[in-house]
Amino acid sequence: MAALLEVEHLRIEFPTRRGTLVAVDDISLQIAEGEVLGVVGESGAGKSLTGTAIIGLLEPPGRIAAGEIRLMGRRIDNLPYEEMRKIRGKQIGAVFQDPLTSLNPLYSVGRQLVETIQTHTDMSPTQARTRALELLHEVGIPAAERRIDHYPHQFSGGMRQRVVIALALCVNPKLVIADEPTTALDVSIQAQIIALLKRLCRDHGTAIMLITHDMGVIAETADRVAVMYAGRIAEIGPVRSVIKEAKHPYSHGLMGSIPKINDEKERLDQIEGSMPRLTEIPPGCAFNPRCPHVFDRCRVERPELLDTGVTQASCWLYAHG
Amino acid sequence: MAIWRNFTDLVRRFLASDVYYSFKRSPTVVVAFALTMLFMVSAAFAPWIVPHNTYEVATLNLMDAFLPPAWVQGGKLTYLLGTDDQGRDVFSTIILGARVSLLVGFASVALALTMGVALGLIAGYVGGVTDSVIMRVADVKLSFPAILIVLLIDGVARGILPRDVHDKAAVYVIVLAIGLSTWIQYARTVRGLTLVEKNKEYVQAARVIGLHPMLIMFRHVLPNVMGPVLVIGTLGLGIAVLTESTLSFLGVGVPPTEPSLGTLIRIGNNFLFSGEWWMAIFPGLFLVILVLSVNLLGDWLRDALNPKLR
Amino acid sequence: MFAYIVRRALQSILVMAAVAFVAFALFQYMGDPINQMVAQDASAAEREALRRTLGLDRPFYVQFLVFLKNLMTGNFGFSFRIGTPVAQIIAERLPATLELVLVAALFALFIGVPAGVYTGLHRHGAMSRFMLTVSLIGVSLPTFLIGILLILIFAVLLGWLPSFGRGQTVQLGFWSTGFLTASGLKALILPSITLGLFQTTLIMRLVRSEMLEVLRSDYIKFARARGLTNRAINFGHALKNTLVPVITIAGLQIGGLIAFAIITETVFQWPGMGFLFITAIQFVDVPVMSSYLVLVALFFVLINLVVDLLYFAVDPRLRVERSVSAH
Repeated sequence: MAALLEVEHLRIEFPTRRGTLVAVDDISLQIAEGEVLGVVGESGAGKSLTGTAIIGLLEPPGRIAAGEIRLMGRRIDNLPYEEMRKIRGKQIGAVFQDPLTSLNPLYSVGRQLVETIQTHTDMSPTQARTRALELLHEVGIPAAERRIDHYPHQFSGGMRQRVVIALALCVNPKLVIADEPTTALDVSIQAQIIALLKRLCRDHGTAIMLITHDMGVIAETADRVAVMYAGRIAEIGPVRSVIKEAKHPYSHGLMGSIPKINDEKERLDQIEGSMPRLTEIPPGCAFNPRCPHVFDRCRVERPELLDTGVTQASCWLYAHG
Repeated sequence: MAIWRNFTDLVRRFLASDVYYSFKRSPTVVVAFALTMLFMVSAAFAPWIVPHNTYEVATLNLMDAFLPPAWVQGGKLTYLLGTDDQGRDVFSTIILGARVSLLVGFASVALALTMGVALGLIAGYVGGVTDSVIMRVADVKLSFPAILIVLLIDGVARGILPRDVHDKAAVYVIVLAIGLSTWIQYARTVRGLTLVEKNKEYVQAARVIGLHPMLIMFRHVLPNVMGPVLVIGTLGLGIAVLTESTLSFLGVGVPPTEPSLGTLIRIGNNFLFSGEWWMAIFPGLFLVILVLSVNLLGDWLRDALNPKLR
Repeated sequence: MFAYIVRRALQSILVMAAVAFVAFALFQYMGDPINQMVAQDASAAEREALRRTLGLDRPFYVQFLVFLKNLMTGNFGFSFRIGTPVAQIIAERLPATLELVLVAALFALFIGVPAGVYTGLHRHGAMSRFMLTVSLIGVSLPTFLIGILLILIFAVLLGWLPSFGRGQTVQLGFWSTGFLTASGLKALILPSITLGLFQTTLIMRLVRSEMLEVLRSDYIKFARARGLTNRAINFGHALKNTLVPVITIAGLQIGGLIAFAIITETVFQWPGMGFLFITAIQFVDVPVMSSYLVLVALFFVLINLVVDLLYFAVDPRLRVERSVSAH
């Protein structure tokens, strides 16, 4: 399959007065058409920033310092604002964490849908409204004909997130970046929203970059998964393999922390210590102070992504293949 | 020794802080700070540094009235910025007038701050009916411009006090009036912050170990709400000085025997048309620079203490 | 919504009652009105008779009710200083102040809001920094000084505009307007700039900070992610949300104009209510003072009511009943 999105050696920096913070350091990943890539990691690992960089909405002073982002072979990380704007919404959609605050409280949901559709297509207002109604039906809003003229505050959290999904998918983008789409929702709603997102994208052939810290969501949804740690990719590969036989000590530890029904352990495994702050990332492998298998090379030299068979891991344990 | 070490430690921490960093970075603020300090010092020592004591009527020479500034033809060097209609040295009256203005400013800010912080703390910490009563009063007062309340209080004082008593008490009346009309801002801010602090663990802990509510309020909650209060206080000083000068300009402020900057401008305004511009323009300029410096400081302080806004 | 309006109306009535009470207390306790009205050598019996005819011997609350009734029927008493009915004096002065305030308010809104939007959108631009500095100077300049400077430049040095008064006015019924003559319009320019400048800078700074706040919000970020044009985001989504809090404060500010008109009217010897009020304070003319107070309070209450209605027009969260709130 041809890669839809390619990120190569991406580096995101924040200049501060106490020196430059490197929030995302040399990460590379691909997403194929129609594929669901999960991106997991603790908060501060750089997941959201990577997503934000792909849709070209990094807030200054944050900036892309190195690397390339390509969509269908076309470089998009250095486009002028207006060019990138036409890609956002039309080719790359986005769903953010908090549906309560993602919608403008002063406009009806119908108006927000129509305005997005009309921005990216030549539809007349009537056509756009018809399309908006279809979308609301499709994301499962009951009585859409009536609800289309309602304001965001008249919808519940789950319903609002459905509207947000409708907005992200309204002109059939190739890729949707979903940044913690269910974190702010009730647990009972989370599964529904994820299922909806997955079904819609499968129906339309849309690829998803699903950013979350919830391994359970990834396990159910993703085709492949990228595990991020301190601004770097620790491991990337098919979701089954990463969960069953993670190669990188960090992802291995992370998988150990997922509760399993058949497990007889009294306690879940946990990784000692915590992720370093961006100002205190150690030389060599960022994980080395917490790694149970650490050896001298890890403290000096930073590992590239190395082939481990099924997955790729940035760990010196796999230096000889 | 220990105190000194504490002090140097404090200074070192301040020099390393973000606030000091942003201070150093902004030349405008440094200048504003220097000017403010200069004004304060000159106001504090005014009677000793002015070239002419304009309060001493006996030393005035009517022959020297209406002299232009020294660099204009007809000016005298001892009267750097010229003289007014009574032969008073304009430069000296400005320094002495600024002293009156700043005195009123500081006193009314102190009054409003004390009152507002105390009421805000109580309203926020005690809650219930006390809170509703204090905040309703604040609401009603907030819907009226401060200047109107000040004028009203001043008017009432004029009605109640006999003329000569009022002249003597004028400064106090104005301080009272400005203080009473501006405490609301402090109260509202402090109340909001207190509501937040109240639910934090350290306050809960202090309650659990049975500290007296007053002690908790003033020793524990108060220090945590002082940042915004400092900002309001600084900006409030500018507003208080402006309000005082406005009142004096309107002729309902401090008596003309000990003129403030506003009184000087009022007097000067009478001679603007006949060409003696210096009598109004110099005090006006001084007033603007003074208030502008204080406002610049307050504005910067607000941004520095609230990094989110940058 | 209905409940909300009723609550606001009750609050307004409460405010008016409080103000009326203060005004009444002024009447009651500031000097003895009898002394102002009778001759120096009037006998105690004469004073007592007058006291009874004026109803000053009745209990406190009865007098307050009579006072309220008088206020509502437009009977504000007689000026101590001039001796004419206060209602008549105010009717003569009111149009001058209201026209001045109206022009100043329009000036403040039409300059302040666009300037605030501009500086909010281009917050690191050189022009924005310049405008912000100018606005800070504007906040630091006392109103009376602005007036003096404008008079010095445009009236004394250049001689373009009049330095005092309303110019020629035209009588439309009881209303005397300066809008219909060239000299009346010319006379309005300097006072309304003087009066409006402070509020202009305030509104500009307020709009700017609200704009910055809104531009940081999630829905603006999401609007960008949807690929909306900058124009739609800035002037559709951001500006409308900015206006919600701005309406309230701008309402208060315009109310503030009525109070600040006192200063402007003094500087320009504008024959309005503020000028009247200052004179009343200097001469302790209590009926004029308290009538002015009641009238200004009435304007404030009316402005607040208009602000509330505008709120409904802009913010759907108040307009529509909460139909669905559960998950």
